[in-house]
Amino acid sequence: MTTVEFEAGRSPARSTPRLLRLPRPDRARLLPFAVPLALVLLWQAGSSLGLISDRVMPSPAAVAQAFWSEASDGSLGHNILVSGARALAGLAIGGSIGFLLGIANGVSKLSEQLTDTTLQMIRTIPHLAMIPLVILWFGIGEEAKLFLTSLGVLFPIYLNTYHGVRNVDRGLIEMGRIYGMSNGSLFTKVIFPGALPSIFVGLRYALGIMWLTLIVSESIAASSGIGYMANNAREFMMTDVVVLALVIYAVLGKLADVIARALERWTLSWNVAYQR
Amino acid sequence: MSIAPFNPTLSLLHQPETTHTAEPAAPETGPVRAAALRLKGVEKSFGSNRVLRGIDLEIPAGQFIAIVGKSGCGKSTLLRLLVGLETASGGDIAFEDEQGRKIAPEARIVFQEPRLLPWFNVIDNVGVGLGEGVSREEARRRAEHVLWEMHLRNKALDWPASLSGGQRQRVALARALVSRPGFLALDEPLGALDALTRISMQQLVARVWRELGFTAVLVTHDVAEAVHLADRVIVLDEGRITLDLDVPHPHPRKHGDPELALLEGRLLSAILGTS
Ligand SMILES: Nc1ncnc2c1ncn2[C@@H]1O[C@H](COP(=O)(O)OP(=O)(O)OP(=O)(O)O)[C@@H](O)[C@H]1O
Ligand SMILES: [Mg+2]
Repeated sequence: MTTVEFEAGRSPARSTPRLLRLPRPDRARLLPFAVPLALVLLWQAGSSLGLISDRVMPSPAAVAQAFWSEASDGSLGHNILVSGARALAGLAIGGSIGFLLGIANGVSKLSEQLTDTTLQMIRTIPHLAMIPLVILWFGIGEEAKLFLTSLGVLFPIYLNTYHGVRNVDRGLIEMGRIYGMSNGSLFTKVIFPGALPSIFVGLRYALGIMWLTLIVSESIAASSGIGYMANNAREFMMTDVVVLALVIYAVLGKLADVIARALERWTLSWNVAYQR
Repeated sequence: MSIAPFNPTLSLLHQPETTHTAEPAAPETGPVRAAALRLKGVEKSFGSNRVLRGIDLEIPAGQFIAIVGKSGCGKSTLLRLLVGLETASGGDIAFEDEQGRKIAPEARIVFQEPRLLPWFNVIDNVGVGLGEGVSREEARRRAEHVLWEMHLRNKALDWPASLSGGQRQRVALARALVSRPGFLALDEPLGALDALTRISMQQLVARVWRELGFTAVLVTHDVAEAVHLADRVIVLDEGRITLDLDVPHPHPRKHGDPELALLEGRLLSAILGTS
């Protein structure tokens, strides 16, 4: 339908840029990349013209070069895998604890009275402030990073799960009881699906914290991973590798968000807000 | 397949419509066992707020009774007591079968909001009405049959969000009726619908009640609706029954019948206290 529209108005179509003449769905998908692309081009132009010093900021071409040299000896792939595994492990542990606590406190008054105040108190401590203590406890091994990442993702997942459960429509829960649902099916058919949109908000928020925590803890104490790669490069003044690490963090963060969004769209297909 | 006694009447439900395919195989369920109700001195207080102050009421099995009254007079509270969503502060509520034996019937209630699970499609929402212990296949088969009765068969796989208000309320009614309950409570089920949809929904409610024969208690703020649907209308005021009026006119009733209009007038003045 849209293409017909564009063909009908032929003369203005000729003057519009190519991207804008694409059928609308494609255009919507490509348009968000226009600004980053333009920035990279500007950046490259600035570097090539000598406006941006190489020491301050290497050119995109130099970063690409660094990518190639890091990738070809396998160290980049290894570092990405190590960081990814750390991130996922932290998310799995902290996320599960937060999720279970959120559910428990959402459905049980007793559990809420027992733990909610404590959790809210711990939550107010910035978890990165615990780094010195964590290093004293665990040294600089994997446990320290796992602990910090888990702690970081726990609270957003906890808060949003709890909030989601508490805000499930009371009328629906009453309906479930009228129709004789057991506690188990009340949970799987009413409470959990009702809380899911809020849980996803928590998950996406947690993903941001997950990467942040990992970057910081890998820069402080690690012998592998993207953070280590960046920190190591800093010692040798390899700005291009440092910038490469940043780019990779950005890509990984975006990737995690895209996966979470796809999951959200798929599980919440009943919700008009997620229908296209 | 043995044909349950109510099945011949069910075929009456099928008003020929070109969009409708053949009736799906009727599930082998027993006939509706309509429940009679006996309320003696029923009281309900919330703290110091005495909402119901001694309700005595006998509802014969299969009767359609409507409750009207000012907002806040305790109509919803009474219904919630009947279906067991609240417990009475005093008095006695008993369900009996036609022989006068005490029973615990399946009691269902439809609210003003349909209360459908947004993450279940229409047919699975109706299946919820069968409770636990029914296989998914069986539930779908029986749900499909009720949806066909409600002229909603072609919506079976839709999300509730994609239905109109009237369709959603029909799904809620289908869910309430899929288990063939002996007692159905309706708390302003049509209150949120537009005038035209209300009329067709009233016809639907009247039809399923006539054909299934359950006992029905309808709370409504629309006196015309009460008179149009019910065998009997009671007026509730400050937790007491102040008027108990029979509506002996045969069904189906016409909208705008002058005799019914007369009854409407009596009810209105009883509610407003100007008689
Ligand atoms: N769960 C509750 N806790 C405390 N008070 C309640 C509760 N439910 C109802 N009430 C009180 O009982 C009284 C009657 O309420 P009810 O909902 O039965 O009225 P109603 O006749 O259905 O009114 P409406 O026509 O507006 O629906 C009101 O004063 C209300 O505040
Ligand atoms: Mg009410």
